[in-house]
Amino acid sequence: MNWLFLLSYSLHAMVPLTLTAVGEIVTETSGLFNIGLEGILLISAFAGALGAEASGNAIVGLLTGMAVGAAFGLLFAVINTYWKGTQMVTGIGINLFAVGFVAFGLILLGSPGFHDVPTSAELTSIRSGMGGISPMIFVALVIPFLIHWFLRRTRVGLILKATGEMPEAADVSGINVNMVRILAAIFGASLAGLGGAYMSVAWLGSVTKDLSAGRGFIALACVVFSGLNPLLALLGGFIFAFFQGLAETLKTMPNKIIPWQFVSMLPYIVTLLVVSGAIGRVRFPKELGVPYKRE
Amino acid sequence: MSEQSAAKESRLLRGVHKTVTGLNPVLESLLAGVVGLLIGALLMYIWGFDPWKAYMSLFKGAFGDSYGWASSIARGTPLVLTALTFSICLRAGMFNIGAEGQMMIGAIAAITIALFVLPAGLHMIVGLVIAATAGAIWSIVPAILKIMRGVSEVISTIMFNWIGRFLVIWLGVHILVDPTRAEKTLSIPKATRFPVIMKGTDLTASVFLAVGVALIIYFVLWHTTVGYEVRAAGLNPTAARYGGIRNKRTMILAFLLGGATAGLAGAALVMGLPPSYAIFSSGMPNLTNMGFDGMAVAMVGRNHPIGILLAALFFGGLNAGGRMMQLGSNAVPLEMVRVVMGAIVLAMSIPELIRLFPAIKKSVENIVGRIRDRRERRAVKEVSE
Repeated sequence: MNWLFLLSYSLHAMVPLTLTAVGEIVTETSGLFNIGLEGILLISAFAGALGAEASGNAIVGLLTGMAVGAAFGLLFAVINTYWKGTQMVTGIGINLFAVGFVAFGLILLGSPGFHDVPTSAELTSIRSGMGGISPMIFVALVIPFLIHWFLRRTRVGLILKATGEMPEAADVSGINVNMVRILAAIFGASLAGLGGAYMSVAWLGSVTKDLSAGRGFIALACVVFSGLNPLLALLGGFIFAFFQGLAETLKTMPNKIIPWQFVSMLPYIVTLLVVSGAIGRVRFPKELGVPYKRE
Repeated sequence: MSEQSAAKESRLLRGVHKTVTGLNPVLESLLAGVVGLLIGALLMYIWGFDPWKAYMSLFKGAFGDSYGWASSIARGTPLVLTALTFSICLRAGMFNIGAEGQMMIGAIAAITIALFVLPAGLHMIVGLVIAATAGAIWSIVPAILKIMRGVSEVISTIMFNWIGRFLVIWLGVHILVDPTRAEKTLSIPKATRFPVIMKGTDLTASVFLAVGVALIIYFVLWHTTVGYEVRAAGLNPTAARYGGIRNKRTMILAFLLGGATAGLAGAALVMGLPPSYAIFSSGMPNLTNMGFDGMAVAMVGRNHPIGILLAALFFGGLNAGGRMMQLGSNAVPLEMVRVVMGAIVLAMSIPELIRLFPAIKKSVENIVGRIRDRRERRAVKEVSE
């Protein structure tokens, strides 16, 4: 077994999961529950690729992905705060929209279902003994610590918690609950956007119709596993990524005892197992998923 | 479940039900449809297409002649069944987004009838039963995980979609493969296909299956005790429990019923949609996304079996007419249809869409008024100077 490949793949696959999960932790702390992450990952991967190619600069691509993610976060949040929408339905809508839009866009780019990002527009990897290592891995390793500090140690973190736990009290003390939730959702979705753009611009170097492949939902599982602790989300992201890496490694091995279809199921089965084990010990914000209304 | 979290769940579900049933269901669905089409038009315009022409050829293709109507109904048939899956569970207060996987498992299960021979009519019924059972089995584990461990069905059903997808590919490549054509599974034998009911089109008798199941579900949900329990549990789990309804049992029941209809959707797709009557293992083009599109149908159909029939006709029309939209000089890819669907669902998620229009108008007037005021003040100032 190629251990170096496995480690490298796991670290690379960890980035979108961790970024998305940490972003969703911020969103959920404020009381919104965004299941449109899958779609946001996909559409920002597409947008990131376009941005990188148009400018010839991968950083611009990553920022484009973030901006598109943020735009969807804004849409999601406005619908579910001021317009009192249903968060699940909005999320499903975003997912459907993204699947259609990316497939539509890929056809217009000339190759149905697949688009290759030219190497010149990809983020340069750092050379190492393990082969190329994307600098984004370090970003994904640092952000959870920053967010952890931010949520536990700053006033803004406290405000976020208040809007998730007891919006009435937050409202009385002069906090604009809806605005806080909107900003949290924008922040969370922009991290998902960064993760999506990373997939196309830095990691895989291509956009496909099913690029996100359930990652948005695995990130949601990761949030459940973490119990809204960003550091555990980092660990969870690595665990889930490890099994994706394991599946990829097993697929490339010459002796095909287990058919590749069963190997491909592995990450999803592990996600199910981990989530079923994690529930019960975690506690989520009291008002998660409930629109706030002044009575 | 503690009292507090149950109370929160009740409040949450009330919001959900307001969205799915609405104050003025027909008007709101129509409005969402219009908003979705407008967003689609805007995107087409941005990419340099002529949206008017595209929609004209779409709707002419979908509802312009009897051929169009027939293919719209044929495309809508499986959507009715997957939409029922989503809406039965939503009526019970759960988001079963696993219709995709349950449908695929049902489809591959239906293929197994190619392995044995029975009298034609019986053979078909056996096929449908196998498909429905397989779909129901595929929904059991998420239901149990939800009840025993509290795992969100949103996560577990999506994971099962992927697991099911790979299982179907494996079965299609290794077990049920067509020995003469390795890229597809065995075909459903001729005698057990749903007969084509309009020559030259792909409209088959499977439409009666879909309508029949929709009517049965309507009857079960609104005219039986079990259905009452399911709906009561969805509206207010706490009250339902005090009223003696066993929530866990109704949850499992809703999941099983939903899984069975998704399985039937799979059967309708392989037994009742020409020309292939089989599954193509690479990408499964004739199955993919049917489960997800069903969710859009369920929401626009306001979660009501009759509404679903109408919404499925509309979305079936989009899919059928979308193929016409791809032809000619203004060739918009078929994928545009799914963009429109997503936009419609987004619009559907806003419960009081109608009331937003006056609100937006008011705020625009407000801003315009403020600008005008400032200008007038400046003008007055200039004159006085």
